[in-house]
Amino acid sequence: MGFELFGLPMIYYIAMVVKVLVVFVFVLLTVAYATYAERKIIGHMQVRLGPMRTGWHGLLQPIADGVKLFFKEEIIPSQADKFAFLLAPVIALIPAFIGFAVIPFGDTIEVMGYKIPLQIAAFWDQGSNKIVDLNVGVLYILALASVGVYGIVLAGWASNSKYSLLGGLRSSAQMISYELAAGLAIISVFMMSESLSLQKIVADQAGFGWYVFKQPLAFILFFICSLAEINRTPFDLPEAETELVSGFCTEYSSMKYAMFFMAEYANMVTVCAVTTTLFLGGWHGPAFLPGWAWFIAKVYFLIFVCMWIRATYPRYRYDQLMRLGWKVFLPLTLLNIVVTGLIYR
Amino acid sequence: MIMPLINGLKITLKHMFMKPVTLQYPDERPNVAPNFRGLHALKVSHNNAKCVACYLCPTVCPAKCITVEAGEDANHDKYAAVYEIDMLRCIFCGYCVEACPVDALKMTQTFELANYKREDFIFTKQALLEKK
Repeated sequence: MGFELFGLPMIYYIAMVVKVLVVFVFVLLTVAYATYAERKIIGHMQVRLGPMRTGWHGLLQPIADGVKLFFKEEIIPSQADKFAFLLAPVIALIPAFIGFAVIPFGDTIEVMGYKIPLQIAAFWDQGSNKIVDLNVGVLYILALASVGVYGIVLAGWASNSKYSLLGGLRSSAQMISYELAAGLAIISVFMMSESLSLQKIVADQAGFGWYVFKQPLAFILFFICSLAEINRTPFDLPEAETELVSGFCTEYSSMKYAMFFMAEYANMVTVCAVTTTLFLGGWHGPAFLPGWAWFIAKVYFLIFVCMWIRATYPRYRYDQLMRLGWKVFLPLTLLNIVVTGLIYR
Repeated sequence: MIMPLINGLKITLKHMFMKPVTLQYPDERPNVAPNFRGLHALKVSHNNAKCVACYLCPTVCPAKCITVEAGEDANHDKYAAVYEIDMLRCIFCGYCVEACPVDALKMTQTFELANYKREDFIFTKQALLEKK
């Protein structure tokens, strides 16, 4: 492995491909089983059982769902813009997955004398003895989070249906409102860590110096805003307001419909991973488990919280949603920035 | 405003650890109440339906789903030559059972009445005879 490419040993490139594959499979599996877990958890919270028939306690349900969705009839409305119609689910899905490129999953592991950081877009710099990652990692995540809505708006517009169009527009308005608050909520984290690099932010939280303890308000605001931004219940208004017509995906069927929901669940995993990284100490935890196990445990806990919230609260009304975003969350985040500045600077 | 939200979360979490009330239907059978009004049955005595074709049940039926035609047997007794209930119209009110003067009709606990064809919902006398 003596080759070098752009000043980096080949092993880093091989490791990167392996990391991409592992993370991709991990996210896909999590997405598939999140749908199962959601049905089970909400079922039990409503004193029901949830899926039981496919496999032991319904464990093969996601596979059965997938097979079913692949074989369902595809319907494209005759007046729809076909190209945009087919493109929309792809645009919705891709940003949900590529956000994982900058999330640190754990500490470094040693392969053939090289230290490999468990983060896709990062490598170990022999000279400075440090992990070098994307120094605007959080900005990258925030940028990607807003790209997903293009898919939704495009889906609404291309379907040539009034319901879909309104669903898509509702989604964009909601996304913009909550992205502001989400972005402002994590500014206090940058103020404390003095960096946008996720490696630096995680490193700052070593030994239970988690930002959730120093910035509890920012944590809660960011988590709720993220829920709203990725259209999770109780903020799933793009899907439906008071009616149930699926909003932007009214005209979608079979696998294309499923792709929107894959995107939604992948977004949920991304958001939980980002929240873990920014506030819950990333992969830090007591030493009896490896770092990546702590990371996954925290992410899964947050996913559980998302489902718990879904089982508890009714859907917001659109004006309530807007009022909450602009009149409550935005001032609170600004206040939080001021207080952080006064106390920690 | 915050406390009610937290209370809500507490309630759902508590429910998560309760025993589910789900009945695994095709595997587990429900116990219907003794006075459950399911499919009708014509009572049988001495190998004949007790019905005397008095027409009280189609008269009282609010859904007009019962068809009775009287016939005369070898002993010159009236009996129901045709007795049909259209289950698509029946509202399971049980008035027919109450109206019957000879206690020839009853309602059973059978509730699985799904079928593939509309014609199959018209239960003839043969289908309605009490099964022992």
